[in-house]
Amino acid sequence: MLIKFIIIVPFVFGLVSFFINKDFWRRALIVVCSAIHFFLTGLAWLNRPDSGLGDWFFLDNLGVIFLTITSFLFLGASIYGIVYLADEKRKFDDEGKNFSREAIFSGCFLLFLSTMTIVTVSQHLAVLWAAIEATTLASAPLIYFHRTKRSLEATWKYLLICSVGIALALLGLFFLSVSNGSNQGNLVLSNMIQTPQGMNIVWLKAAFLLLFVGYGTKMGLAPFHTWLPDAHSEAPSVVSALLSGALLNCALLGILRAYQVCLAAGLGSYCRDIFISFGLLSILFAAIFILGQKDYKRMLAYSSVEHMGIITLGIGLGGQAVYGSLISVIGHSLGKAGLFFVAGNIFAYSKTKTISEIQGLINGRTYYLGLFWMVGFLLITATPPSAIFLGKFVILKEIIFQGRYWIVFIFLTALALVFIGMARIFLSMTEGVTDNKNPNYSFGLRFFVQILPTTVFFGLIIAIGLYFPAGLKQQLETAAKMLGGF
Amino acid sequence: MILLIDLIIVAIVLMNLMMLSSSRIRTCIRIVAVEGILVGLVPIIADINSITFSAIISSFFNITLKGFVFPWLLYRAAQEANIRKEVEPIGGYALSLLLGVILFLIATWLSTRLLYVKPLFSNIVVSVSFATFFTGVLIIVSRTKAITQVLGYIVLENGIYLFGVSLLAEQHLLVELAILLDIFVAVFVMGIAIFHISREFDHIDTHNLSELKDWIKLKQE
Repeated sequence: MLIKFIIIVPFVFGLVSFFINKDFWRRALIVVCSAIHFFLTGLAWLNRPDSGLGDWFFLDNLGVIFLTITSFLFLGASIYGIVYLADEKRKFDDEGKNFSREAIFSGCFLLFLSTMTIVTVSQHLAVLWAAIEATTLASAPLIYFHRTKRSLEATWKYLLICSVGIALALLGLFFLSVSNGSNQGNLVLSNMIQTPQGMNIVWLKAAFLLLFVGYGTKMGLAPFHTWLPDAHSEAPSVVSALLSGALLNCALLGILRAYQVCLAAGLGSYCRDIFISFGLLSILFAAIFILGQKDYKRMLAYSSVEHMGIITLGIGLGGQAVYGSLISVIGHSLGKAGLFFVAGNIFAYSKTKTISEIQGLINGRTYYLGLFWMVGFLLITATPPSAIFLGKFVILKEIIFQGRYWIVFIFLTALALVFIGMARIFLSMTEGVTDNKNPNYSFGLRFFVQILPTTVFFGLIIAIGLYFPAGLKQQLETAAKMLGGF
Repeated sequence: MILLIDLIIVAIVLMNLMMLSSSRIRTCIRIVAVEGILVGLVPIIADINSITFSAIISSFFNITLKGFVFPWLLYRAAQEANIRKEVEPIGGYALSLLLGVILFLIATWLSTRLLYVKPLFSNIVVSVSFATFFTGVLIIVSRTKAITQVLGYIVLENGIYLFGVSLLAEQHLLVELAILLDIFVAVFVMGIAIFHISREFDHIDTHNLSELKDWIKLKQE
């Protein structure tokens, strides 16, 4: 029952909010719905629910981690988002009409949450596919929120590139089905894992490759990441935070499900090579593009490509690195969402996304903006005690343990390049003489409410880095075992 | 029945090649509509001896959506955006057609390499499904109008669908409908995007969608 509720609540609320005219009620609905969703997710931790829907929907150890991250990010984003919407409202003229811009935003926001929830709970790979495609469709209007030429371009690229990518994954799914032959319960994950004997290896290999490339497009792995910087920079910051922190994870989950099947069928080493090569390639691509970056939101987007690369690399290495990857997933989601929130405030303050036009954030009245920007930078680049440091460190330890020093070399070089590139950008924005660009921007209550989720996110990253709760550790370990870790 | 099925499949190949060689948007929409209907007919005709309820439902929705709803949507989009002709692709239509034939050969070769299960009917259906898939990708990559790219996406989906029905005895009906619903919403959302592109840019040439990129910026430095 719980699983049904967790999917249906945001879905119904989302549909309803298309038709609400009063801004106050619509905004209240977003926060209430996100809070209910988070509460239900919390219940799922206490008592792992049975869906009552057979083996198609089931919350396993891997799914519950991704569901919790998604739910938590949405709660933060809803609080940040309503202030953002109230600020943006003054620019529009369609107040009170049906299907106003804000109503479409709210509706799609909640549908986005609902579709991502389906991704995390579905055990039937075709349902998973349908849900991932649905996330693309629900989030496209969110990216187009500003209705400018540039955001239209970003939306079109996002729609087309991701749809084609996901079409590849559908072909992969059919390949998987063929490889599974006439086994009962075709494409249901638990059946495929339990009876891998009858699978045809050639078709399974092709299927994994197609699924990897298809979902990898959505996940932002290089060289299929081209939509990602555009969409992240042109979307409202609150949406960028969700794309980066939640959506990329969902696509990753799609790949991980296929990986579970391959592991059961004994194709572990074949898949690991694919994971490692695309992981390293993504880290390198990100490093190169961060170095010359002029737009701070694009820089954050490339940092997401980098982290997705690190996570993929860790999963490919196997052993303890899988565990490190899962820590990185949590750390990256919280950290990047927080950074995008701060970036949204910087944009609201300075009205520019160009790095060279901003300086001295930490001096003068924008002190808190600069402070959070700097803290976020240190956390995301894995300065201890960040949880991301823990994740990267475990991965690095595993590479050295396996004696693959050429990976160590590429990994550390790329990380150093990313650190240098990001440090240049963050320092030039925070240090220096403040130009006091926008004296009208108020750092009052609204700013306080918007910075609140960021504070919690950053606090959690540090907390996890310092003290790892036993319950979480056990959860991650079981999940890592499902993915061939330890 | 084998003959009829083979006829339909050959017709699909011809539709692909026609699609690659026509420049008028309306003709392209019509070709995609006919191809959608043909692809939708395949499961019914293939199964004619033991026709199942779910096969009928799935065919019905496929034919309605791909044969009538999508073309109608795109017709309106083309009218609204006032577009008639696609811009000449790089290398012209002759090269495009030639590439289509080459892709068909590659698809045939690929299907002989991959096959271990015999398709449920017709020996050429797998290679044709790959060829249709490749044609869709080729259209998306080589054409510049947003609307033609959507048509390419539908062709690509047709290829995947054909592959699905040719090798898989039975998928769950719910799953098939969920997939179809996704494609429907995708085309719908893309249709809306075309409206907006034509309004913002006065035409739907995606060459103009080039403000956001990094390579050029790096080169300029």
